Amino acid sequence: MTLLTRGLTRRRVLQTGMAGIIGTGVAPMMFTKGAWAQEFCNNPTGDTVTFGLNLPLTGTYAEEGADEQKAYELAIAHLNGEGDGGLLNVLAPSALKGNGILGKKVVYVSSDSQTKSDVARAGATRMIERDGAIMITGGSSSGEAIAVQGLCQEMGVIFMAGLTHSNDTTGKDKRRYGFRHFFNAYQSGIGLAPVLGQSYGNDRRAYHLTADYTWGWTQEESIKAATEALGWETVAAVRTPLGATDYSQYLTPILNSGADVLILNHYGLDMVNSLTQAVQFGMRDRQANGKDFQIVTPLISELMAKGAGESVKGIFGTSNWHWNLQDPGSIAFTKSFGAAYGSPPSQAAHTAYVQALLYADACERAGTFYPPEVIKALEGHEFDGMGNGKTLYRAEDHQCIKSVLVVQGNESPTSEYDVLNVVQEIDRETVAYDPSIFGGDLGPAEPAPMCA
Amino acid sequence: MPTTFMSRNDLLLFLGFTIVVLAMPIWLAPFGAGYPDLLQRFMIYGIFAVGFNILFGLTGYLSFGHAAFFGVGSYTAVWSFKLLTLDAIPAMVFAVIVSALFALVIGFLCLRRSGIYFSILTLAFAQMSYNLAYSVLTPITNGETGLQLTLNDPRVLDAAIGQTFVGQPVPTLFGQQLSGYAGFYFCAGFLILAFFFAQRITGSPFGMMLKSIKSNQTRMQFTGFNTRPYALSAFVISGMYAGLAGALLAVTDPLAGAERMQWTASGEVVLMTILGGVGTLVGPVIGAWIIKYFENILSALNDNILARFWSFLPDGMADFMVTVTSKFVGDGWHLTLGLLFVIIVIFLPGGIMEGVRRIAAAVRRSGTPAAKTQTQPAE
Repeated sequence: MTLLTRGLTRRRVLQTGMAGIIGTGVAPMMFTKGAWAQEFCNNPTGDTVTFGLNLPLTGTYAEEGADEQKAYELAIAHLNGEGDGGLLNVLAPSALKGNGILGKKVVYVSSDSQTKSDVARAGATRMIERDGAIMITGGSSSGEAIAVQGLCQEMGVIFMAGLTHSNDTTGKDKRRYGFRHFFNAYQSGIGLAPVLGQSYGNDRRAYHLTADYTWGWTQEESIKAATEALGWETVAAVRTPLGATDYSQYLTPILNSGADVLILNHYGLDMVNSLTQAVQFGMRDRQANGKDFQIVTPLISELMAKGAGESVKGIFGTSNWHWNLQDPGSIAFTKSFGAAYGSPPSQAAHTAYVQALLYADACERAGTFYPPEVIKALEGHEFDGMGNGKTLYRAEDHQCIKSVLVVQGNESPTSEYDVLNVVQEIDRETVAYDPSIFGGDLGPAEPAPMCA
Repeated sequence: MPTTFMSRNDLLLFLGFTIVVLAMPIWLAPFGAGYPDLLQRFMIYGIFAVGFNILFGLTGYLSFGHAAFFGVGSYTAVWSFKLLTLDAIPAMVFAVIVSALFALVIGFLCLRRSGIYFSILTLAFAQMSYNLAYSVLTPITNGETGLQLTLNDPRVLDAAIGQTFVGQPVPTLFGQQLSGYAGFYFCAGFLILAFFFAQRITGSPFGMMLKSIKSNQTRMQFTGFNTRPYALSAFVISGMYAGLAGALLAVTDPLAGAERMQWTASGEVVLMTILGGVGTLVGPVIGAWIIKYFENILSALNDNILARFWSFLPDGMADFMVTVTSKFVGDGWHLTLGLLFVIIVIFLPGGIMEGVRRIAAAVRRSGTPAAKTQTQPAE
């Protein structure tokens, strides 16, 4: 006691410190030991299986996130045998029984990714580590998708990407544990260019405004390549920060640039803002180089077209899916979604719903949740009835190869949802491409990484 | 007579802190926070806040741009993983060095002013770094997409010793993976070290200089001290702490995004420090834990969970409560944080630590009246 009142010697402190450090080294073993009892990450042992929904509920792509959430809730209800069964009835071939997955009831946890890569990753980690999610799905930004996909590869959890259109997701940043149903920018270019050539001629001068992240970069690259192949000239390509609200500083230089087409590589709220402001600038009433000035939005959805209102009329773009398609799958999905939420589903909702079903189906076919087996079941899987015609989950890059829609803003909408017309359906042979052109490496499936 | 190294109170505080930190996986489990990712964040933001407190709490300079150093630390660490080796140690050494240099430059410029002008200058520099990371520097930072590790990174040192591996590259410590609880204890070790150094700085003659800069800089100058080197050292030290925290975040989760440099991130560390107690050693760490806990737990609640929670009430009541409470959780968690912050600032201007002191004082008064005369630690 006398020692303590006088303070401590340096030696005493060092001794205690060393003991502490050794203790720190030993302690982790005690806590991680139990984790090896299960043979893969979050093996569901109870009577439920948990999906982790990583959705942008705030930020630039919030509206897509909200629609995806509705779709996932619907998909989970259908998988559990509730509701009208939706696309379970039309998926072919299907191993789904409507009693959950492998007899386990599907439940979900969710996280708001705020349209930010950092936050998306933190949310996914939480859902894997704390909530025991067997699969992570969702997201509406390629930045998020690529970040979360890398994490899932590290953790050994399958990632079923939501809306992500960057070439990199299944290109240079592809991962063995990541799968994408949505189409990509390269396919948009292949689909859109011929239509643009027919409508606007082959001697146009294009000006790009591009969202400054992976999706914007690859879409700009793909559209540039496709339009230049037509004979168009690219005047300039200007990067704008994601989530910008005022585009006037980017729009003013276009007027004197000698361009006669504006290509907006924006999505979500960015596109609603930039398109509306471009129209307010009087761009669509202008003449340049003796031609009518045109605006093109390579990737567009019903939600954005609705947000942009009048401005979107007559504008060309591409979509993954549209609720007005007349195949049994699209009709069934639009009917279920409409009955549940009172509005037709967007393409984001569709891809989210389909991804959830495809994962469940793959688990049923594999007969296990063990990720490497589920991956094998998904790779090279050919299916039909989900609204995009015959679809192949390509084994080389985990990209779904299916038909792509060229759409145009509806000149005379009959309802607030009837904002886009399908101009052309490009079949999947045309939009298929060589998976090796983007490089990247999937990495191995086994040994399955073991999350803590 | 042996040299006195630490006073008894300091040592007890340090040991108590160490035990609380190391036992976190146990005592936080009932609160739903006992999972590695959140625990790692508790450690990392604790380090960030302890470092920030050296500048704000001790020296009295309110920096609104500390997230810049945090971000620089992260980017440096990820580049070290990509170019040199997956080992965590070189990454952290480089991160601390680079953020120190960065802090030296920014501190040299900003410390020509004090008070609100200093705050605005640091805010401007941080926001500039953020915007650069997002636009001009995208070849280095990969912009919005974030900087990530890939299979075909060069990793010169790993290649030189012929180390290969399968799967997604992850940071290691001498070949041991740093995910999960191993990552937590790694970060916890650094938090304890960071706390120890902060404690030593506070008690040292150098710390006394910093405190006197805070209480009256002009008088210091009149008595013949040149205060700027001291303030600059404090700024650089606190920048190094931020860089260390940023590097640890990259070690536990090897992706660096520009968002962590945004002004909201800088503001967050100010909130942490004020919430916990400015100028106290433990306060900022507690503030960091509370904010990260709220962010991760409240933001994960959704209407379904609330409906289950309120299900004991009659139907109409339950729906009403779900509607009301749902505004405060999920994406509305900032509202709860804001309310908590307002309450703390109004009723406990010294932060949570003031609350702790008041309770301790009340207990002591009712117990032994004589102990009342005991001196309270400054601030």
